[in-house]
Amino acid sequence: MADGSIGLWTVPLAVLGGAIRVSTPFLFVSLGECITERSGRINLGLEGTLVMGAMSAYGISYLTGSPWLGVLAAGVTGALLGALHAGICSLPRVNDVAVGIALMLFGTGLAFYLGKPLIEPTAPRLPAIDFGWWSDIPQLRAALRVNVLFLIGVALAPILYWAFRTTRWGLLIRTAGESSDAARAMGHSVLLIRLRATMVGGFLAGIGGSFLSLFYPGSWNEGLSSGQGITAVALVIFARWDPLLCLWASLAFGGAAALGPALQSVGVTSGYHLFNAAPYILTLAIMIITCSPKRTLTGAPAELSITR
Amino acid sequence: MIIGEAPPPSGAFGLDAIAMTMRFGEFVALDNVELKVRPGSFHALLGENGAGKSTLVKCIMGYYHATEGDILVGGREQAIANPKDAHALGLGMVYQHFTLVPAMTVAENLVLARDNVPAVVDWSKEMKELEAFLARMPFKVPLSAKVSDISAGERQKCEILKQLYLKRRFLILDEPTSVLTPAEADEVLGMLRDMVVKGELTILMITHKFREVMAFADEVTILRRGKLAGAGKVAELTPDAMARTMIGAEELTVQPPRTGEAGQARLELAKVRALDDAGAIAVHDVSLTVRAGEIVGIAGVSGNGQRQLVEVLAGQREAEGGEIRVAGDPYHASREEMRRHRMSLLPEEPLKNACVGGMSVADNIAFREFDRAPFASGGWWLNRGAFRDDAKKKIGQYKIKTRTPDTPISALSGGNVQRAVLARELAGDVEVLIAANPCFGLDFAAVAQIHAEIMAARNRGAAVLLVSEDLDELLELSDRLVVMFHGEFVYEARTSEADLTEVGRHMAGH
Repeated sequence: MADGSIGLWTVPLAVLGGAIRVSTPFLFVSLGECITERSGRINLGLEGTLVMGAMSAYGISYLTGSPWLGVLAAGVTGALLGALHAGICSLPRVNDVAVGIALMLFGTGLAFYLGKPLIEPTAPRLPAIDFGWWSDIPQLRAALRVNVLFLIGVALAPILYWAFRTTRWGLLIRTAGESSDAARAMGHSVLLIRLRATMVGGFLAGIGGSFLSLFYPGSWNEGLSSGQGITAVALVIFARWDPLLCLWASLAFGGAAALGPALQSVGVTSGYHLFNAAPYILTLAIMIITCSPKRTLTGAPAELSITR
Repeated sequence: MIIGEAPPPSGAFGLDAIAMTMRFGEFVALDNVELKVRPGSFHALLGENGAGKSTLVKCIMGYYHATEGDILVGGREQAIANPKDAHALGLGMVYQHFTLVPAMTVAENLVLARDNVPAVVDWSKEMKELEAFLARMPFKVPLSAKVSDISAGERQKCEILKQLYLKRRFLILDEPTSVLTPAEADEVLGMLRDMVVKGELTILMITHKFREVMAFADEVTILRRGKLAGAGKVAELTPDAMARTMIGAEELTVQPPRTGEAGQARLELAKVRALDDAGAIAVHDVSLTVRAGEIVGIAGVSGNGQRQLVEVLAGQREAEGGEIRVAGDPYHASREEMRRHRMSLLPEEPLKNACVGGMSVADNIAFREFDRAPFASGGWWLNRGAFRDDAKKKIGQYKIKTRTPDTPISALSGGNVQRAVLARELAGDVEVLIAANPCFGLDFAAVAQIHAEIMAARNRGAAVLLVSEDLDELLELSDRLVVMFHGEFVYEARTSEADLTEVGRHMAGH
């Protein structure tokens, strides 16, 4: 065995690294969608938000030289797209799923259009923290180069879990999502609560996008997101609208997404495209396992259009 | 008169609504109505569906703005622009439909209802305060339980406690006992009555149950078609007099007398088991036989599996186990079987469960037979003329109030939707009739007509399974009474021999 080669150990290491690296956009989008869906609305437009976030983060980072300003810009863009979604859904007889699909196409289309000049230049990227300094194994060090955004996302999950239980905003979001009648009877504006929840959701999804263009893969091109946004929406359902489960589910999806490249790196080339499809197969499998024609999903916000 | 001053800081206060008129476009929902609720009294507001009771209280609570009229709270005129203004004055309302959030705990619901929910809730402190509050209250509720896990009676108590927790001193109750067993209703109303007598509370209760009016109310105001029809002290009135004031000169369908004896078994359930939407067992191995010429009533508080049982019989839900036989043949709720055995269904919420809202009255009436002669040629070519002719005949026969047979059925009132379903289901010879809460939310005239039709079907030899939350209805119509609790049949008796306290006890699960 040659120096630095750790043979088949590469695969679990790469999956671990992938779980950390690839999961970040999943994590942000799913936590954002979790907030939005707990308020009783589903925003399928987060795929578009993710791509718009990636584009604006890259653009602002390139123009200002500060990747963190880029992250902020991505968040603001996402919040604006969220506001657009919530604004349209506030109108009578508007279906949130249809609006979401329209905004998904709108977001990606707009990002490709505005992002054309950004394909060539290189923008400053987000720094990473090296947690693998103690090891001599390059693969392990690579796996443990962790971005700050990932750490923020990991911290965010328990914070959200706590906030849904013990803060005024958490309780209001849940009320709007579980019974809009009850919320109205208490004198709260359900539309306003959902507007804010959708904006926060968009903000987080935008940040998830900035991770794509500013860290991993770390450039701007039109194939940047391969459906992470929409997969993350499915992931929220799988995670039963629980932020902590969103974290675990994101890690699982990230690991699955890293499976193909990892196998390729040790020379398993047959079925490469099949392994690359692992996250999608996982999505499908989870949907089939967790759904039943005879029962509604436990934990589903009662006001959600897909559960009503 | 001082405008806009708050009522006294503690104790009960009164409320007057003067010359209230509410128009929705052309329609006059309230016409110069007057309501006078004395401080520290228990006031009942009676009226049929559509008489304007809800409109009146919604004007008081600030949901609607009356076209004309004034509201005096504690003797002072108040402009109530929205529910928050009403709450600030100490007015609270308990709705017919629960406003608790089912997925949250009782404690979360109570804290959430406050106007000043802290940004971060200190749950250990709140729990201590809630427990101290509950200790002073006449009824108890489990604070840490999820609302979806507690009984309907406990939820209703919770709704009332919520209003008291919010320090409301004038409570409007909208049909508060419709989901309670008689014993629970007496308990809740009795405790509220005690608080009224102590001078802590004033109560305005919307109801249609004369028994409760007679037992608990001091005074009554009666509305009919948006107008004040009468008011006075309960002690000076009889239920008969109140009923006459409520319905006016309208003639009610006379119910035919019960004739004939029960015959052969028509509908047999053997160990039927069904799940609810959450996958829990809702109907637990129930067995029952309904014979021809017999009405079997299933009593029970809603949510004890009745809905799932009816859905299985209607083909809306698959049974998990057991066997259903109709006239001896296995039954799987297919259209063919229903036609062969002349089965009829009156499900609850008929607009949702038995109609297509956007389709015309004529189409809805034709659903059972639409692809057969004379409605269709060769099983596919529909003859619209036959639809309309048949519908016109039935509209006259069943007194369905609709502008034309082509009006979408969703435009009809609840009573007329139910009449249209009745016309479809009871038109031919019926051998098995399954009815679930057929009179829920309907006015006297519709109720009398539906009861008469059900009794007539029984007298013609139909086997009738009547599921109802209204015990009075069951006692009036059924030959045999079964009580359903937690998905099981826990009590059975001939209606003539049934002991009401025993029935109530089983409904509550004791």
